[in-house]
Amino acid sequence: MINLHWLYVLAGAMFAAFAIASARDSTNSKRLGNAAFWALLAASFWFGDFLGDIGNGVLVLGLVALAGAHLLGKGTKPSTTLEEREQLSKQFGNKLFLPALIIPFVAFVGTLLFNYTPLKDSGLIEPKSVTLVLLGVGVLIALVVCYAWLRPHIAAPIEEGRRLIDSIGWAVVLPQMLASLGAVFAAAGVGTTIGMMASAIIPSGSIFLAVVLYALGMVAFTMIMGNSFAAFPVMAAAIGIPILIQQDGGNPAVVGAVGMLAGFCGTLMTPMAANFNIVPAALLELKNQYGVIRAQIPTAIPMLIANILILYFGAFHLAR
Amino acid sequence: MNYWPLLGILLVVLGFALKFNPLLVVAGAAIVTGLLGGMDFLTVLSALGKGFNENRYVTIIYLVLPVIGLLERYGLQQRARTMIVKLRGATTGRLLVGYLAFRQVMAALGLIAVGGHAQMVRPLVAPMAEAAAEKTHGKLDDATVERVKAMSAATDNVGVFFGEDIFLAIASILLIQSSLSSFGIHLTPFQLSVWAIPSAICAFLIHGSRLLLLDRQLARSSSR
Repeated sequence: MINLHWLYVLAGAMFAAFAIASARDSTNSKRLGNAAFWALLAASFWFGDFLGDIGNGVLVLGLVALAGAHLLGKGTKPSTTLEEREQLSKQFGNKLFLPALIIPFVAFVGTLLFNYTPLKDSGLIEPKSVTLVLLGVGVLIALVVCYAWLRPHIAAPIEEGRRLIDSIGWAVVLPQMLASLGAVFAAAGVGTTIGMMASAIIPSGSIFLAVVLYALGMVAFTMIMGNSFAAFPVMAAAIGIPILIQQDGGNPAVVGAVGMLAGFCGTLMTPMAANFNIVPAALLELKNQYGVIRAQIPTAIPMLIANILILYFGAFHLAR
Repeated sequence: MNYWPLLGILLVVLGFALKFNPLLVVAGAAIVTGLLGGMDFLTVLSALGKGFNENRYVTIIYLVLPVIGLLERYGLQQRARTMIVKLRGATTGRLLVGYLAFRQVMAALGLIAVGGHAQMVRPLVAPMAEAAAEKTHGKLDDATVERVKAMSAATDNVGVFFGEDIFLAIASILLIQSSLSSFGIHLTPFQLSVWAIPSAICAFLIHGSRLLLLDRQLARSSSR
């Protein structure tokens, strides 16, 4: 059965190749820092399951030390120039889109095949990893097509991939780091403390205020933890279930579903949701690392108000 | 009740606000929070290592970079621009409204990976949005380019967040279901996911109007 470990081997190989290419890049004055960073990440993908928790912890400290000491840089090794790209894009035409669309297309067709045909029960792919496995398959097919059609230098995908990963830099591992911070927060009892504080300030008598506090609690806690999955069980246990559902008789489906969506408004506004907010800023080479968040806040706040109204009218008036 | 671990949150906020390296901030906050929560250093270190190792799947997405980078070398972004310039009536706002609808519908069908920052926004959506703005409003200043790119990324996020919960078998729906059932409230994923539809419609209307407003703002800044 194809599971995540297959992808980890592939990702490890990619980061190892990035490390080797970084070490040999004489245009980057910090090339050894980059090489060490990607090599540690390759080691995490290949050997993470054999290192033990403390071993992985030490590996994490290594990554943090390299990033914290500003030992990562960027090479200036030339890719094609803008003029060459204009020329090449004329030469290859709209067919250039095809390899780029292979990845989403494989995800699309693969998900449909997997969900709606007997393939699901064949045991070929581990069900919970389907999306990521299809992503990996799409990448491999696209690479084969590119090699066959464009005939690039054998190391060109690595060189170009490294150019992009260097522009993201240490932010590559920030989402994983934030997930571990969430685990430490949970183990230290941060969630239960916040839940206790939230349920302590609930005013009695006003259903609307309780709804507002529940939604704001979801937003605030999501912004702290970086994702609403950590916030939902805490806020549901603190306010959603005991106050809104059991005491005030709100519809549980609305309280659950829209409560989670209120949390998503928080995800749009926090740097802690790094993979949605910080990494894209790096990927698009924005000057302001909070540029994506700034673009999202004017959508997130009206959406929060909308969700509060849906929650209030839906749970207590329409679907009681 | 031990309130000291909450200091960790304060450290994160301060660290981000003072623009320290975020990895340093996060690791520091984790260690301080753990120690204040009564764990010893090795326990915190192993919690950190375990969390990092279990969440490696988040980083898998970068497998697309070699393909995207290679296609950029052969002029993919230039091609995306050319196509938009030729397309009549294409503006930044309309293009992004189209992408918003596409992303929401795909996510509602469970097709989360059709889209995303590395595989769609950087190579295609952002260059197209930029080219559309240049086409209708002439040469853009840096601040405008930055705003158009940021809105492209924002549109991807809004689309997937307020589309995915309509799909039944998505992680967040399953999490809601299991959280409620531990309190004896048993719901089917369908009962939950229909309640994602009103928010999805609001998201399309709210973010969609902002995108169309962006066109007008671009027009105003170019006429100055």
